[in-house]
Amino acid sequence: MKFTENGDIIQIEDLVFEYGRAEAEDGYDPHRGAAGGAIFPNAVDHVTLCVARGSFTAVIGRNGSGKSTLAKNLNALLLPTGGRVIVDGFDTLDEAALWDIRQRVGMVFQNPDNQLVSAVVEDDVAFGPENLGVAPDEIRTRIRDSLAAVDMYEHRKMAPHLLSGGQKQRVAIAGVIAMHPEIIIFDEPTAMLDPEGRAEVMGIIGRLRKEKITVVLITHFMEETLDSDRVVIMDRGRVAMDGTPAEIFSRTEEIEALGLKLPFAVELCARLRERGLDVPGDLLTEDELSAYLLTLYRKDGFPA
Amino acid sequence: MIRDITLGQYYPEYSRIHKLDPRLKIIVTLVYIVSLFLIEDFAGYAIALVSMGAVIALSKVPLRFMLRGLKPIILIIVFTFTLNMLMTKGTILWEWGFFRITKEGLYNAIFMAARLIFLIVGSSVLTLTTKPIKLTDGIESLLKPFRRFGLPAHELAMMMTIALRFIPTLLEETDKIMKAQQARGADFETGGLLRRAKALVPLLVPLFVGAFRIAQDLAMAMEARCYRGGEGRTKLNMLKFRRRDALAIGFTALYLSGIVAERILL
Repeated sequence: MKFTENGDIIQIEDLVFEYGRAEAEDGYDPHRGAAGGAIFPNAVDHVTLCVARGSFTAVIGRNGSGKSTLAKNLNALLLPTGGRVIVDGFDTLDEAALWDIRQRVGMVFQNPDNQLVSAVVEDDVAFGPENLGVAPDEIRTRIRDSLAAVDMYEHRKMAPHLLSGGQKQRVAIAGVIAMHPEIIIFDEPTAMLDPEGRAEVMGIIGRLRKEKITVVLITHFMEETLDSDRVVIMDRGRVAMDGTPAEIFSRTEEIEALGLKLPFAVELCARLRERGLDVPGDLLTEDELSAYLLTLYRKDGFPA
Repeated sequence: MIRDITLGQYYPEYSRIHKLDPRLKIIVTLVYIVSLFLIEDFAGYAIALVSMGAVIALSKVPLRFMLRGLKPIILIIVFTFTLNMLMTKGTILWEWGFFRITKEGLYNAIFMAARLIFLIVGSSVLTLTTKPIKLTDGIESLLKPFRRFGLPAHELAMMMTIALRFIPTLLEETDKIMKAQQARGADFETGGLLRRAKALVPLLVPLFVGAFRIAQDLAMAMEARCYRGGEGRTKLNMLKFRRRDALAIGFTALYLSGIVAERILL
């Protein structure tokens, strides 16, 4: 059954998710609360959120803030205890829609090793389309296109264990792209990668955005949220802040109060402001900041 | 060192034998094994030897790779050879104390050893010329008819696929745990058998826990990619029966009739 759409591809209405004893023992969520290992009574606590089609939303929060749990509610890996989640018109509680939802909502996980199924790259990319019952010739086309989209086509015959972390993660992304999803959810895709792999994966996310695929990025790296259309900060299962990166990062005290670290450029700007330098509020990336600092240098005519 | 382990013993090459349908190769190997038990004299072995030699030559796999499969069972071959040689009654050729070698014994010993060698080398041809993944596909396809008797053909093949994928991952994990334990003073190399076995316990426990964690992650990733068992699933590499496969069947039939004819006529 499809619901009438209001244009937003993801509609989360008053979502509550509680880990029962069974799920907690299943180890479904690796984030069992911050230091004490305590499970929050409501891992997701009355969250209402809509995500626009084709947008790039970054969800950030400390360990145990419920961001991963929220993500797993979007493709029916977890089902709401209260409220509902509607994805591209399908209610995740509707059992008959389960496979429609999972085809539409692709997910890339944190651990690059534990999400590749086959011992050959191209066979792994084929896994999703095979499950969907796509014809073999069409699967071939999809493998070629999706591996090319992540620059891994020349590695198609390789064994995954011989690839670097970033390459494995790109193969995982190709495997999701090959299912022709509307939405791709990245659940901390760079947490286990080196800086190089991190840059590779973020580069691919930037490209997906140009392809009009809706991206939801769960992360705890502030820098990765800077290119997004919208930043959602989660805290103790609730949405603590929600807005464009420029809006969010102008509220520096609030962010620090939530126990999060500011992006480098934002923090440097804040410190410069404290010292009386009139830095504009919309400088988020290091490139923007250094460009601005260079204009200062020219105006003031410091000695060469 | 763990990173470049090869799985199975596949020898990459583009030969006519490599390109054959894996289902056919499995069946032909079975036929070949059965035929070895039909052979009663050395003339029959001559046919088997010539046919196998031809297949090996066609496969372009160096002979030493073929013979490498014999290494682990060399002890068994020697054992059967000696037993057969000493225990068979008949015309005595040589005697020392209660050891006696008879003519029949010597014949039997050579005959049995030859059969073992043919068996091993014959099945090596299958594993050396077929990728493990193809082999898995072939087994799945061949077992499909038995599904109606409750044999989970798809699930078995999926388990083999996942095992092939995760053996290197688990080896790396083992290596990591071993290094971590060694860094904290664990000793895996000295002491008697019992001591060494005991030293493995702190290695195995985290390894098992790790394997279960991987299994959970993987299960979730597979579900997220719409995995729901073999029903309604297509396959990227559909096994196709080609002309060269028909040709291979022809040769196999010729070989089998040769063996049978030799047994009946000579």
